[in-house]
Amino acid sequence: MLLIHCPYCDKELPELEFAYAGEAHIARPVDPSALSDDEWRDFLFIRSNPRGTHFERWRHIHGCGRFFNAARDTVTDKFLTTYPAGEARPDISKLTGSKA
Amino acid sequence: MSAFRIAGKGRVNHSKPVRFTFDGKTVQALDGDTVASALLANGIHLVGRSFKYHRPRGILTAGSEEPNALVGTTRGPGRFEPNTRATMQEVFDGLKTESQNRWPSLTMDIGSVNDRMHKLFSAGFYYKTFMWPRSFWDKVYEPFIRAAAGLGKSPTEEDPDHYASRFHHCDVLIVGGGAAGLAAALTAGRSGASVVLVDEQSELGGSLLSEPSIEIDGKDAWSWLDATVAELSGMANVRIMTRTTAIGYYHQNMVGLCQKLTDHMATPPADAPRERLWRVRAKQVVLAQGASEKPLVFDGNDRPGVMMAGAAQTYLNRFGVTVGRYAAVVTSHDSAWYAAFDLLTAGVKVNAIVDTRAQVDPTLVDSARALGIDVFLSSTVTGTSGRKRVTSMTVAPVTDGKVSGGSHVVACDTVLMCGGWTPNLHLFSHTKGSLIWDDENKVYLPHEKTEECQVAGAGRAVWGIADTLKDGADAGAAAVKSLGKSGAAVTFTVSKDRTGSGETHRELPTDGDPGSARAFIDFQNDVQAKDIRLAVREGMKSIEHVKRYTTNGMATDQGKLSNINGLMIASDALGRDVKQVGLTTFRPPYTPTTFGALAGYHKDGHFEITRKTTIDSWAEEKGAVFEPVALFRRARYFPQGSEDMHAAVNRECKATRTSLGMFDASTLGKIEVVGPDAVEFMNRMYTNPWTKLQPGRCRYGLLLGEDGYIRDDGVIGRLTEDRFHVTTTTGGAPRVLNMMEDYLQTEWPDLKVWLTSTTEQWAVVALNGPNARKLLEPLVEGLDISDEAFPHMSVADCTVGGLPARLFRVSFTGELGFEVNVPARYGLQLWEMLWEAGQQYDICPYGTETMHVLRAEKGYIIIGQDTDGTVTPDDAGISWAIGKAKPDFVGKRSLARPDLVASGRKQLIGLLTVDPKTVLEEGAQIVDDPKQPIPMKMLGHVTSSYWSEALGRSIAMAVVEDGRARDGKSVYIPMPNGVIEATVQASTVFYDPEGARLKL
Ligand SMILES: [Zn+2]
Repeated sequence: MLLIHCPYCDKELPELEFAYAGEAHIARPVDPSALSDDEWRDFLFIRSNPRGTHFERWRHIHGCGRFFNAARDTVTDKFLTTYPAGEARPDISKLTGSKA
Repeated sequence: MSAFRIAGKGRVNHSKPVRFTFDGKTVQALDGDTVASALLANGIHLVGRSFKYHRPRGILTAGSEEPNALVGTTRGPGRFEPNTRATMQEVFDGLKTESQNRWPSLTMDIGSVNDRMHKLFSAGFYYKTFMWPRSFWDKVYEPFIRAAAGLGKSPTEEDPDHYASRFHHCDVLIVGGGAAGLAAALTAGRSGASVVLVDEQSELGGSLLSEPSIEIDGKDAWSWLDATVAELSGMANVRIMTRTTAIGYYHQNMVGLCQKLTDHMATPPADAPRERLWRVRAKQVVLAQGASEKPLVFDGNDRPGVMMAGAAQTYLNRFGVTVGRYAAVVTSHDSAWYAAFDLLTAGVKVNAIVDTRAQVDPTLVDSARALGIDVFLSSTVTGTSGRKRVTSMTVAPVTDGKVSGGSHVVACDTVLMCGGWTPNLHLFSHTKGSLIWDDENKVYLPHEKTEECQVAGAGRAVWGIADTLKDGADAGAAAVKSLGKSGAAVTFTVSKDRTGSGETHRELPTDGDPGSARAFIDFQNDVQAKDIRLAVREGMKSIEHVKRYTTNGMATDQGKLSNINGLMIASDALGRDVKQVGLTTFRPPYTPTTFGALAGYHKDGHFEITRKTTIDSWAEEKGAVFEPVALFRRARYFPQGSEDMHAAVNRECKATRTSLGMFDASTLGKIEVVGPDAVEFMNRMYTNPWTKLQPGRCRYGLLLGEDGYIRDDGVIGRLTEDRFHVTTTTGGAPRVLNMMEDYLQTEWPDLKVWLTSTTEQWAVVALNGPNARKLLEPLVEGLDISDEAFPHMSVADCTVGGLPARLFRVSFTGELGFEVNVPARYGLQLWEMLWEAGQQYDICPYGTETMHVLRAEKGYIIIGQDTDGTVTPDDAGISWAIGKAKPDFVGKRSLARPDLVASGRKQLIGLLTVDPKTVLEEGAQIVDDPKQPIPMKMLGHVTSSYWSEALGRSIAMAVVEDGRARDGKSVYIPMPNGVIEATVQASTVFYDPEGARLKL
């Protein structure tokens, strides 16, 4: 069971309190009607599914209730960092050190 | 005294006899025995039959890795457990044990005919033999496999025990209480760190329990052990747990422990849990799990009486039991020589030591010869004999890996084998820590760590007590240092230590036909050396494929004995280096774990919560039949007298349509959407337009996913300009709130809106029927509820019978309807008041079944029953709920996706069976032409189907390809006892299509 740092509560808490919410940094288009079918398909369904660092959304559903973003390694499952929703994607090389 | 017990020897209590039974016969044992040690003390080696060939099998090990000696245990009424390892189960008075996988008896087993047909059961036999014809699976193959192969029988009674669970946090968790673990615990404990030390055995000591002759700090091993355990037990910061297995090592240093609390007790304390599952979060973990002795692979290595040399040493020194009268040893490691010496000293005749190595420590060889043991170096064992107990083994010399001379036979009643030692790295592997092959020692060692852990002792191939103690103390000191504490590694002086080394082999050379050799690798799954070679010949290149094809390592012991032998043979067969072949993955649990321990408190009433409304008790008193809906239990119907569901529902439907019904609708999900931007938020979330909805009015709301499919629906009331009372489906409330929060927080954080779940704040009573207003009107104050002043789809605050209420005029039945919301604490009071007042109208309480029928008569859909996550508003025939002028809402863009506008989609329609008395089965498949060849093309399926008392016939809804275009046409529903014809009705509304009854 992972311990997850909620950036709002600023505490490491058990995974049981959190819910996963898919890939992060995929903003809903401001005007969906302006998108072609292919563009809309990509928004809806196409995800990066990387082996390695994945930016993803979590919700502290049984805590403060807020959504936040995280960078997590999909191989080790380990969290590199978590940060509030709306903040820019952090610099990976700073998170993973020399391995990046 | 038992024939093979040595008076006064071992750690068993010789003054405390214990009796238990094995296959109905009483066995004399001593307190401190395991079932295995007690059976061996009585000369019993044959304890079971193997999985596939039903070969007689004996006790192979003295630990949790035991693959053979699995027994059924009965610890009192209802407390039967199959597949208990006899080597781990402690004896107590009254324990009953039985052998498994044999019929009619252990010594006379019919299934052993499988052994004579063993060539039919080679690797991949399941895949090859039972492929075709498909229909043979159910009737021939599977019953045969189940009858012929298998382990113990499942218990038939409900488990009467209960199981506990606990969380724990500590600085250092040490797994394994042998020399390394004890040294680590002393070091960490003396530093003041909070320490947990666990061991799966009944007492601490590990290999020291089998090596009493070693001296530590001037004391014999057991005196040192007593003193050490006493010191650790006296430390307030150290918690010792025996009979506790670390079953899994999870992320961020969480280790699962299963502590067995009562399985060793004749009379457990009343109400004591049987086991306790611990979730320990440790800052540092020290893995001191030791090593498992590896079997040697030779023809007949599985006969009862053939066992691990280290196990024989344990039975002798720890339990005071000799495993035979005259033994022969075959080994590739020094440790078995010491085992032979111990047995010989205890009076067992050792007829031969056969070592595969050409060079062996001369001190060992000289000692053996001085003790009168025949020594054969650079030799192999080519076979054993004896059916239910080994009687001899055949020895031959080896040169350059081949038998190079004549063989001879060594008589023995016990063969002690040792193929070296495998570090136990299971838990380390759970962390995805990488392993590295050590070519010199032919073992895998822990390499790169992913967690805050140390591996110490034999678990990283450190050998000998002196080095192991030092290694453990160093690991303890490293853990302490990582905590930022100071504490030097405790040091020890050891004398009379037994160090040594050895080699690792594939199967031993033989002069016979390797194809007919019965040389076992995985004893429990009956996998032989030749199976591995066959798998490779048949194209299995990866070790994971070899494992699955042969089932090597897939038994309950998870390859603890077989992995490395299988790997060595596969590597040889593939002609590839061991490093390149690699190891299969270890997964939790380390040893078999009861479902009870994993379930813990989550059983019976605690398995899942049952949500009840405030009116639930009334329904229970009235004899309602309940059904689970999401986490709620809801009254399904209220039978009177001897009514069945059909009769009760017909009566409830009729009463509601003709006069008045009352329904507990409290479970309906409720969300209050509040704020200056509430209407904008509603416009973006729901398909419908909300801007022009006046306060005091309601509208049916439809919620889509961004993919355009229906997610939820419900009536939504606008209370004021900036406040909406949203209702959702009973099961959908948490999902809908989560979805709303998601959009609000992450897509539209600029909107000033607050969302609050109010499901449990309100109790809701729905009144439906032509007399609904007549009942309600005299009770309502502060509101005119006439049709003119309070038309269908209105909402307002008022009081009902003096209770503060939020009153809706809505209907899910097609009748004149009101839903009275009162604060939940008044729910029962409101219900009883309406029940009393309603007697003049023969008010009828109805349940969810009647609600379903009444709504189906009106064609109202239920999300999740008539929709399944792939249904669009158009598919469901409710495009009218879409605000076409709105620029955007969740899911709008998707409604124009090519697949969603294509023809041939399944549409929700009404179905009327040609025979009005036939009620279709929900889920039944629908076809165009019942005479078409099988497999038929299926057009869709029935989603809702009921007997309609109001219409005097059956009604159904279905999703059918191009359904609305089939209006008036026939479709067919093939069922096991005949084909049913039905007519499509494009509209799903069956009753009162004009909606006149709503307008009373
Ligand atoms: Zn939080």
